[in-house]
Amino acid sequence: MSAVSSFSPVDPNHLGHNDLSRETEWDTPGRGEGGPASKSVIVSYGFWIFLLSDIVMFSAFFASFQVVAGNANGAAPRFDLSNLAVETGCLLLSSFLCGMASLCANRRRLFGTEIFLLLTGILGAVFLTLEIREFVGLIQQHQGPADGAYYSAFFALVGCHGLHVTVGLLWLGTMMAQIAAKGLRPDMLRRLTCFSLFWHALDIVWVAIFSLVYLMRFAP
Amino acid sequence: MSAQRFRRIVQLSRLKRLTPIALCLCAIELTTSGCSQGVLAPVGPVADGERLILLDALGIMLLIAVPTILATLWFAWWFRASNRAALYRPDWAYSDKLEVLVWAIPALVVLFLGGVAWIGSHQLDPARPLESSVRPLEVQVVSLDWRWLFIYPEQHIATINRLVIPVGAPVHFRITSSSVMNVFFVPRIGSEIYAMNGMATQLNLLARDIGQFPGLSAQFSGDGFSDMTFNTDVVSEKGFHDFVVGAGASPNRLDAAAYLSLSRQSRSAEVKLFSKVANGMFDDIVSRHLPPGSGPEPSALSILPR
Amino acid sequence: MFGRLTWQAIPWSEPIPLIAAGVVGLGLAAIVAWVFAKGYAPYIWKEWITSVDHKRIGVMYCLLALVMLLRGFSDAVMMRSQQVLAFHGGGYLPPDHYNQIFSAHGTIMIFFVAMPFVIGLMNFVVPLQLGIRDVAFPTLNSVSFWLTAAGALLVNISLVVGEFARTGWLPYPPLSELQYSPGVGVDYYLWSLQISGAGTLLSGINLVTTAMLLLDRYLGFHFFTNEMGGNPMMFVNLIWVWGHPEVYILVLPAFGVFSEVISTFSGKPLFGYRSMVAATMAICVLSWLVWLHHFFTMGAGADVNGFFGIMTMIIAVPTGVKVYNWLFTMYGGKVRFEPPMLWSIGFMVTFVIGGMTGVLMAVPPADFVLHNSLFLVAHFHNVIIGGVLFGAFAGYNYWFPKAFGFRLDEKWGRRAFWLWFVGFYTAFMPLYVLGLLGMTRRMQHFDRPEWYPWVLVAAAGAGLITLGICAQVIQLAVSIRDRALLRDITGDPWDGRTLEWATASPPPAFNFAVMPNVKGEEPYWGMKTKARELAHLLTAEPSYQPISVPRNTATGVVTAFFAVVIGFAMIWRIYWLAGIGFIGVYAAFVVFAWRDRSEEEIPAAEVARRDRENRLVRTSALAKGA
Repeated sequence: MSAVSSFSPVDPNHLGHNDLSRETEWDTPGRGEGGPASKSVIVSYGFWIFLLSDIVMFSAFFASFQVVAGNANGAAPRFDLSNLAVETGCLLLSSFLCGMASLCANRRRLFGTEIFLLLTGILGAVFLTLEIREFVGLIQQHQGPADGAYYSAFFALVGCHGLHVTVGLLWLGTMMAQIAAKGLRPDMLRRLTCFSLFWHALDIVWVAIFSLVYLMRFAP
Repeated sequence: MSAQRFRRIVQLSRLKRLTPIALCLCAIELTTSGCSQGVLAPVGPVADGERLILLDALGIMLLIAVPTILATLWFAWWFRASNRAALYRPDWAYSDKLEVLVWAIPALVVLFLGGVAWIGSHQLDPARPLESSVRPLEVQVVSLDWRWLFIYPEQHIATINRLVIPVGAPVHFRITSSSVMNVFFVPRIGSEIYAMNGMATQLNLLARDIGQFPGLSAQFSGDGFSDMTFNTDVVSEKGFHDFVVGAGASPNRLDAAAYLSLSRQSRSAEVKLFSKVANGMFDDIVSRHLPPGSGPEPSALSILPR
Repeated sequence: MFGRLTWQAIPWSEPIPLIAAGVVGLGLAAIVAWVFAKGYAPYIWKEWITSVDHKRIGVMYCLLALVMLLRGFSDAVMMRSQQVLAFHGGGYLPPDHYNQIFSAHGTIMIFFVAMPFVIGLMNFVVPLQLGIRDVAFPTLNSVSFWLTAAGALLVNISLVVGEFARTGWLPYPPLSELQYSPGVGVDYYLWSLQISGAGTLLSGINLVTTAMLLLDRYLGFHFFTNEMGGNPMMFVNLIWVWGHPEVYILVLPAFGVFSEVISTFSGKPLFGYRSMVAATMAICVLSWLVWLHHFFTMGAGADVNGFFGIMTMIIAVPTGVKVYNWLFTMYGGKVRFEPPMLWSIGFMVTFVIGGMTGVLMAVPPADFVLHNSLFLVAHFHNVIIGGVLFGAFAGYNYWFPKAFGFRLDEKWGRRAFWLWFVGFYTAFMPLYVLGLLGMTRRMQHFDRPEWYPWVLVAAAGAGLITLGICAQVIQLAVSIRDRALLRDITGDPWDGRTLEWATASPPPAFNFAVMPNVKGEEPYWGMKTKARELAHLLTAEPSYQPISVPRNTATGVVTAFFAVVIGFAMIWRIYWLAGIGFIGVYAAFVVFAWRDRSEEEIPAAEVARRDRENRLVRTSALAKGA
């Protein structure tokens, strides 16, 4: 049998979106614009995928917490709700200020960006300080991670979030230095976008934490 | 077939002419021995049911697997490039009828097997008591590092590495572990079930033939894991009575102190009998009133692999 | 000062690891010395170690996989020989060694052979098939590879400094907790997986479960301990929620390889493309809903067991659909039996058997007598070797000429295939029988006489596979020796159908001088067919522009170096050293982030030169009627 002689069999399952008999060379047959997307789109998209993987990770910690808290043979600690309120306020406000920093960056206002980033960082540091104080207090009352499964799960989940905040602050400081040194170049702007995404995502995780862990209090 | 016979056959086959004969003999021997031991040679209703499901499911799937494999080999051969008799159809990449077929037939098989799985899971659920006019015997099983402790709470005796049960009587097992996870398993009598510290799993089995059947742990539990084999003796009613009396005459007592020493790691697998078992010992182990085994000795806490 | 690390960590009294380490160490030293002596070091550093090119990284992943295959397979040979010698005896490997060996075997094969192999093939091929220049995040790609290599390095260091885990490849608690495994073995396992897992960013679940076990062991947490509210069953559930999708992560890329190879070597497009895609997506979703079939015997009850059993069986449906699609791809084709196709046909036969035994065990009552037995071991080796490894070998033979510019020797390729194929059946069919005879997995010794002949046959199979691996090594050596004869001149040695065959072999750094315009399912086949018809190339020579490609960076290898430092330090509780490692990682990232240029330009003249070469070769092939 001879080989094929026409152009059509290349699409036996009709995957192409347009009329293949049109031979114009530089048409793109798909729904996109032709070729890979712009760098800022790719970087943000990739960072979202990383955030999704991070959320899967937090989900696993949440699931373990639910399982363990349900079986806990020790009471959940009496949480200091005013402390919780201040922590939450700090984090939410810092997210807002981070948004302000993004707006300044979009307008290429270096000084404004730096100020708002600094404020974001300060509030984040206050959050961390309060959280560390809470942890130390719990450990001193023998309600630390080695004192039972409930506390292990609590410290792991809340601690993981706190670790992310810490890394975020390190990232923030490094970027503030970089922006000061190099200005608001396109690559710096892309990184700021990633940082904002990260910081806001941490906020969302915190909302889940204080609802499920602090306010709903699973242990008997 | 024993290893010695196998070796002798291999020795015989050193005479080259006999090699094909020897291989056939081996194959027949191995197949028949395979059918008289293990999971395919059940001695109880639970193992019977499992074997039936196994063979039925296998048969049904072979109906699909064998033609598929044959078709693979056949198509590859017939449509080889050098075969001019084969029709080359380079445009043929889709067929409605085939799509329906390849989705439908496996789906139907899975539907059927799914029903088997659902019904079988319920009928052969380890925790489900067996139908019998005989009152079930209670046996409590504790996996130690690295032996099995069998407690007969109603007879107030216990054994290490020897399970004796009366023929034809259902046995209700409650199973736990003194430390790490293990799996209690007597292949010819029936199902496996996990042994876990702090929890008690349940198993119901019945043996209808007298004999000795091997048992083991089916979850890796550390250095002495391969030593955790034990024998299950299925005996007559009189034999069981004799066993209880014999154990009752043992000088060993199973109290908290004895259990503590048993829960230390040891690779000694000798059979031991206990004549007096402290009340509620099993429940104390499950509730961790008696603490879990402590693991390797402190001196072994060094970095060395040994 | 040095935590728990002492000179006694080196197994002075054990000849096997010492000799193995000595041989490997000498071999590595010899290779390094040769590289420096010949002056290749700058080339290796610039073109490979610091490369962010997906083609280079793909090749390095596959190289890592093949090297670790040798290590993992040596473990397998030791296991088989130990079982042969341990009938009514102790064999030559005491339990604490044997337990490390089977744990290392599983860990290495899954995390450092199968994963890197499929990731490497994907890395190399996918951007080429898509007609693009590189992956989206080239530096991240490099960091991922080097972190995987770091994990592999840690596992191998454990052979000679300390010990490896003695818990099996998935370290179930309570056995893996500090109380029952107080040595450093489990820590080596955990750190090597955390580091390489961070590299691959496998679903966070594995990372988290590993992290929880680390927290238990290092900071006294109580996730999975026996006392204080810990729950070992939670580990089992979490790890298998990850573990089952993981095996689909391994096998689906292999399925992709087979789709490519079978359609190319049958001279036909893939049959039923749309239902292939639908089947793949069905498998992706379903794979998250079956995890409990790994522990039907943990006592979840009939309803739960029944549900998961049925879900497991349902996955067999889309998988079967795929097998039939490959079958009908061959139907009406012109099948050529080069080594990639041999591996594919071997896969189709073998995987059907393995899948069948999987569905068998998916019926909970059947699993009640087969769980953790050698029947199970035979099943998963059946699908992993028959599926993933055969796919990796098919892909290796298929894309080797594209990566290196010359084909692999075909004669030795056939020999390797047949030795592997016969060896596989000889090694693993007896294990099905042994499982039915009641033999469980991971036994260091046994005394049931009816098991012995089958154990012997299985060991013989391992011997055949060893010969198969030797044949593959010889194949590579012979191919390198004869590379002038085996050269792939046109860039399209197999009459391929997808876009990677439009490039030269090996492709230039920028892949395509002008990104191709993709029409329909098999764009290259369409272009080629038309070009053959017209007897000349379809497009005129384009006006060449300079092309920006990502710059090399040492970030990957430096990060991985400090990751090894962190892992090793944490394992031996040398906390100050771990701190230095963390600072090093941070510093590496800052240095990377501080650079001003992330791309470099390939001048238009160079682009023109490479592309014209390719065009010339193909034009003359078309003129000759190829």
